[in-house]
Amino acid sequence: MPLNYYIVLATILFSIGMFGVILRKNTIVMFMCIEMMLNAVNLSFVAFSKFHGNLEGQIGVFFIMVVAAAEASVGLAIIISVFRAIVSVETSDSNELKL
Amino acid sequence: MTSHEAHQVQLGLIPLFPLLGSALAFVIGKKNKALSGWIATIAAVCSFASVFNFFRSLPEGGVFEDKLFTWFSIGGFTADFTFRFDSLTAVMCLVVTGVGSLIHLYSIGYMNEEPSKHRYFSYLNLFLFSMLLLVLGGNLLILFIGWEGVGLCSYLLIGFWFKNEAFARAGRKAFVVNRIGDAGFLIAIFLCAGIFGTIDFAELAAKFVHNTNMDLLVPIVTGIAICLFIGATGKSAQIPLFVWLPDAMAGPTPVSALIHAATMVTAGVYMMARTHFIFDMAPYAMMIVSIVAVLTAFVAGTIAITQNDIKKVLAYSTVSQLGFMFMAAGAGAYWIAVFHLVTHAFFKACLFLCSGSVIHSCHHEQDMREMGGLAKVMPITFVTYLISTIAISGIAPLSGYYSKHAILGAMEHNPNPFMAQFAEWLVLAASITAVITAFYMTRSLAMTFLGTYRGHAHPHESPLLMTIPLIVLASLASIAGFYGEDLYAYLHHVVPDNGHHFHHESMADALVHSWTAILGVLAALLLYTNLKVIPQKVSQAFPLLNKLLSNKYYIDEIYNMFVVKPLEGLAGIFFNRIDRGVVDGAVNGTGMVVEISGEVARTVQTGQIRSYLFMMVLGMLFVIGLYIVA
Repeated sequence: MPLNYYIVLATILFSIGMFGVILRKNTIVMFMCIEMMLNAVNLSFVAFSKFHGNLEGQIGVFFIMVVAAAEASVGLAIIISVFRAIVSVETSDSNELKL
Repeated sequence: MTSHEAHQVQLGLIPLFPLLGSALAFVIGKKNKALSGWIATIAAVCSFASVFNFFRSLPEGGVFEDKLFTWFSIGGFTADFTFRFDSLTAVMCLVVTGVGSLIHLYSIGYMNEEPSKHRYFSYLNLFLFSMLLLVLGGNLLILFIGWEGVGLCSYLLIGFWFKNEAFARAGRKAFVVNRIGDAGFLIAIFLCAGIFGTIDFAELAAKFVHNTNMDLLVPIVTGIAICLFIGATGKSAQIPLFVWLPDAMAGPTPVSALIHAATMVTAGVYMMARTHFIFDMAPYAMMIVSIVAVLTAFVAGTIAITQNDIKKVLAYSTVSQLGFMFMAAGAGAYWIAVFHLVTHAFFKACLFLCSGSVIHSCHHEQDMREMGGLAKVMPITFVTYLISTIAISGIAPLSGYYSKHAILGAMEHNPNPFMAQFAEWLVLAASITAVITAFYMTRSLAMTFLGTYRGHAHPHESPLLMTIPLIVLASLASIAGFYGEDLYAYLHHVVPDNGHHFHHESMADALVHSWTAILGVLAALLLYTNLKVIPQKVSQAFPLLNKLLSNKYYIDEIYNMFVVKPLEGLAGIFFNRIDRGVVDGAVNGTGMVVEISGEVARTVQTGQIRSYLFMMVLGMLFVIGLYIVA
């Protein structure tokens, strides 16, 4: 399969994730969208790695997976803490910093 | 030059002693009050000793020089920190440190009960330092540093009892009035630097001698001379800037003796003698000097007749005598000006210290109407005051006669072409002033020491610490007149005589020539020994004149109306319109712009994470877009 297909798929996935993050209010869904964006990037990494015939892109993917796992645990912990404080996971309910 | 360099380190010693003394008197004196006076006195005496040493070793017509460092050098213009010691400097230094030492000693007794004497003695030493800087300075700029330094010390000491608001205001007046004169002096320095490219006295003098185009420069040199003289009118209390000196009597009396009689106020005379080459080129400026000097002497002398405060009488007398010095300088007879400066330093310092002794013993009473008959209780003070009064009155054989007579002689033989028409009138006015001097000084003597005591205190003779300086100064005042010829011979290498030679006069002639002064003395004795009757009749006979004189010709009022009030009005406009309107407006406007823009920008802060994220994405797209375009 040509490289273009992979890149188009990755772009579509990334855009869906990005618009999800911007448009949705539920923090857990937003979180999932962020994961989707990360995986879109992973897909393009792997595709380029195959295309160029070297392993550097695949190593990058591993790093992203590790960081995403760490980020997921921290992010979920924050979401739980926020939920405990305001009994909601909606972003529109957490606007205490507004002047 | 080698012999000059050998004296390099030592010349700096002269002002170093009082500078150290000033610091030590303050630091140590804070803990041990009694010690501060002695520290300051020893510093003054050490300085006198080093001056005396140089005076002895100075070869005839020689110059010692001490270049400490180059202060700054811009383009071709250089200002060195140089001290120079010639015979004129030697005379000035001897007077400053000699009289200064005596007054320091006197001050220990006079300021005995003062709680903050460490401050007093520190200022007094600082004054001595500045004054020495003034007379030792080898160029106009060093002279100007000393000039400002003595002005500062004068201000500090006039306002020494600053808790009394009138005293503090007197200090401020002295400072502000002096600033006006200083502006003129500064302009003169700038002109010298701009036109001649140097401010060093020796180099300037050389330029004046060797410049063949000097005739073309006469107008500008006249301008420089007038500017210098404006500076002198401020510091040496001449018309129109003399108004600060009578008010300066708010300071402690020894300060009046040292600063406002013997030394600082004569700085203008010294400066004229030092820059004589400028004045010699400017006969028109010399005419102005002469007229101002005669006018000042006359005006101040007549005011002194009606004053009742003993220190005010002496203050106006000082203004008048400074006028006499400028008469001599204005006639080109610089050595006579210095001669009168020296004799005046002795008898006027003595008079002031005597008045201090009287004030001290009468419990700070200064009004002569509350005195009288003190001759019996204060014999030493009386005798010294008497000697100095005879000296200042100009009665031979005491010193004042010789210097004042020389001044009148110099004015009669004034070579200045501009003055040919009215020189006689000036001489006449000066002679009348000399009689007036005798009159008002004897009046103060009679009111203070003769007759019966009218006050309510219990006057007593002052302690030895105070009377010894009196005796020394009175002795100097009585013999100094005999050294006119020596002074002439000593100074003529440095200042030209312009045809004013020393004229010897036999004692019999001198006594005969004193008759006018004796007349003044007798008149005052007749009128004022019995204070009850006659003076009132005299003042009633001339009510208008009396009113004019006792109100000091309304000069303060005139200045108030024509100078102070308009300036205050102008200041009000500047304050309200310019400062409050423009400057404050700009500052407050900046604050307001920030506040308003903050008010607008805060609406971006919605608290909604979505909008922040949206902004972030927009930002990233913008950056990526930039990359793609580039």
